[in-house]
Amino acid sequence: MSQIAYFDLPDVGEGLTEAEIVTWKVKAGDTVSVNQIIVEIETAKSLVELPCPFAGVVTQLLANEGDTVNVGSPIIGVEVSVATAAVAAGSAPTSMHSAVAQNAVNTEAIETISEVSSSGAEEKPEPNLVGYGVSAAAPSRRKRGVAPLAAAASLANATAPGTDLIAVVPTADVVLAKPPIRKLAKDMNVDIAKVKATGVSGEVTREDVLAAAQVASVFKNQTTPEPKTEREERIPVKGVRKAIATAMVQSAFTAPHVSIFVDVDATRTMEYVKRLKASADFAGVKVTPLLIMAKAMIWAARRNPTVNSTWTDTEIIVHNYVNFGVAAATPRGLIVPNVKDADKLSMLELAMALEKLAATAREGKTTPADMANGTITVTNIGVFGVDTGTPILNPGEVGIVALGSIRPKPWVVDNEILIRQVTTIGATFDHRVVDGDVASRFVQDVASVIEEPALLLD
Amino acid sequence: MVQLLTVDGDFIESKEHSVYGELVRQLREADFLKFYRDMARIRRFDEEATALQRQGQMGLWVSAIGQEGAQIGSGYGVGPNDHIFPSYREHGVAITHGVDLMSIIKTFRGVNHGGWNPKENRFHLYAIVLGTQTLHATGYAMGINFEGLVGTGDPEKDLAVITYFGDGSTAEGDVSESLLFAAINNTPQVFFCQNNQWAISSPVGTQTKVPLFKRGEGFGVPGIRVDGNDVLACYAVTKKHMDDARSGKGPSLIEALTYRIGSHTTSDDPSKYRDPAEVAEWAAKDPIIRFERFLRKQGIGQDFFDEVKIAGDELAADLREKTFAMTEPPMELMFDHVYSEPHPLIDEQKAWLQAYEESLGGHTSINNGEETPKYGGTH
Repeated sequence: MSQIAYFDLPDVGEGLTEAEIVTWKVKAGDTVSVNQIIVEIETAKSLVELPCPFAGVVTQLLANEGDTVNVGSPIIGVEVSVATAAVAAGSAPTSMHSAVAQNAVNTEAIETISEVSSSGAEEKPEPNLVGYGVSAAAPSRRKRGVAPLAAAASLANATAPGTDLIAVVPTADVVLAKPPIRKLAKDMNVDIAKVKATGVSGEVTREDVLAAAQVASVFKNQTTPEPKTEREERIPVKGVRKAIATAMVQSAFTAPHVSIFVDVDATRTMEYVKRLKASADFAGVKVTPLLIMAKAMIWAARRNPTVNSTWTDTEIIVHNYVNFGVAAATPRGLIVPNVKDADKLSMLELAMALEKLAATAREGKTTPADMANGTITVTNIGVFGVDTGTPILNPGEVGIVALGSIRPKPWVVDNEILIRQVTTIGATFDHRVVDGDVASRFVQDVASVIEEPALLLD
Repeated sequence: MVQLLTVDGDFIESKEHSVYGELVRQLREADFLKFYRDMARIRRFDEEATALQRQGQMGLWVSAIGQEGAQIGSGYGVGPNDHIFPSYREHGVAITHGVDLMSIIKTFRGVNHGGWNPKENRFHLYAIVLGTQTLHATGYAMGINFEGLVGTGDPEKDLAVITYFGDGSTAEGDVSESLLFAAINNTPQVFFCQNNQWAISSPVGTQTKVPLFKRGEGFGVPGIRVDGNDVLACYAVTKKHMDDARSGKGPSLIEALTYRIGSHTTSDDPSKYRDPAEVAEWAAKDPIIRFERFLRKQGIGQDFFDEVKIAGDELAADLREKTFAMTEPPMELMFDHVYSEPHPLIDEQKAWLQAYEESLGGHTSINNGEETPKYGGTH
């Protein structure tokens, strides 16, 4: 006589509550042996292959690829000999049990999670690498939902940066580029022959490669796909998308947002950026208007400390340091890593830190620690060619600034219309903490630096 | 660095290291076979335990794959009276001193509170808190000094202590404190550092500016580096330094250069931070393959290796069966070894927990698992 043994999804990482079925390596009817790899799952921590605990014939797969399954739910049924089933059933604590073949599987027990856990964003990742995990015996005491930061990191890691890269402008037959630049392009999956070269001798520069990688991976629709035949497409809400949604909903519905805007002449900032780029000290470092914006915000935060604080219901914690967050679009979604103690950094150090942060995010290697404990954030929506926006606060922070596109526009100077490099600064604050006057002063301070970066010498 | 076997399994005759070569020459064929058998056995054990964790049978597993040479070699260099203070990855050292492998599984399954009785095998409990074991070891070694059980010349009496730790632990204050106290008190002690190159995701380069075997010098503990994937070198270097310690020559530090082929634990995914080329480079220096080459050159036939393979499969099957058969211990057990004598506060806490569990409908483990388990079950 044979029995069907079921393999429950185990907790492979100390306190995990769910995992996504990524790839089945077997199908119903296949013969499996003990420890044969049957499925690949993705948890908030990693991709893991699961070995089969019993030998026999697969009767059914109880979860589809792409499903998010609770730890403890059966994922596969295997017809085994009675002796094996008895061993498997034994007193195994969590993961295996058997039933006589005739018994129908209680499919209700397979709980796939589709709702976003509303408490998810409050839970901190628990990187408990040694020691014991949460007892499987107490599912009710477990936290539900994936800690968003951990999930974001691991999912971001799972995908390489954008692969289908599109030509910007093919220039010449022979591509001029230094070997490190060629390597960079190769590492970033950029076809160097299709990168627009801006070097003095027509060579492809480091920035050209980075720009091409950015454009291709995220920022602009390059092609218009054929109209789809199906009327609707359903994309499961999970992973980074789920974490983003949870964080955004939590932020939008707990902190009363107030947004303000100011137009500013950024001509001097652009000149300053140009001069820094040309200077020997900044050779090899990426200098962008975002760097000046970061410096401006850090300076303005020192003058208006409440925008750099945290609301806890019982107290307002004003941070006398700045962990400077940058909203980064990655192939797998939005993440907000931050530069720790950015206020302690020189312009050069900050430029290097921002470049590193961006590169790490693009490679999908941002860690939960990189994203934790931010105090204020900038979102550089200008690179999308957008003038401004009303950003939503990064949860836990009370201020965020949006840097819009910087482009030539008519501007009145001394009653004359001149063409200046103009941008709009948008900012959102948590109105529980930041009053309108402080918000306005902060944004004015930021704007004044963008208008006259020399103020940073203050 | 002391190396006695090439990657191809050839014995290196070296004047500089002749003292170690001499110790190896004193070994018999049976010893060599034992070394190989234990390395292969512990690897098979590790692989099966990893699979069992992936099947939900253990909360966590800590793999020592890649470090068998350092562990089996040094384990056999430790004498029959000596005490061993391990971290939590020393499964290989454990079997060289008679620790039942099932008791290690029980620890990681969470059905016992430590596993084995160190009084029986002198192999102390796994230290989950990194670095603490080095303090325990130094304290124990100071005790040996106080009792005058060192340098008497009587092999029945003299003993020494060895403590195992990783490259990551060297960055803990505990290790520095232990080295200092060991040096000042001239303890009969060996610090055995398995430098497996990675402290979870931190490479060893972020842990130290000078080679780790030099770490003890400033404290007054001389160090030596050994090829950790060379089981014979690890045996000889450990034996020599343990013998020296036992005879009153004081503490020393051994750094075994090896590599953690697997993950830090089953909760870790090294593919996120490690270059596969680096792993491949170290896999080519595998201690078991290297020693197999050596044995084959000594004329050991295929029969032996077949027999080891079969024994490994039997071990794995046995391990699997026994793991499934494990029952939860009675809840009361966790209170039993807190104090050696009855203690009113512990009694109170025990009574409280019992009442609490009963209010929730009782704790199955009190019935030794005879009741239907409160989780799992039949579908």
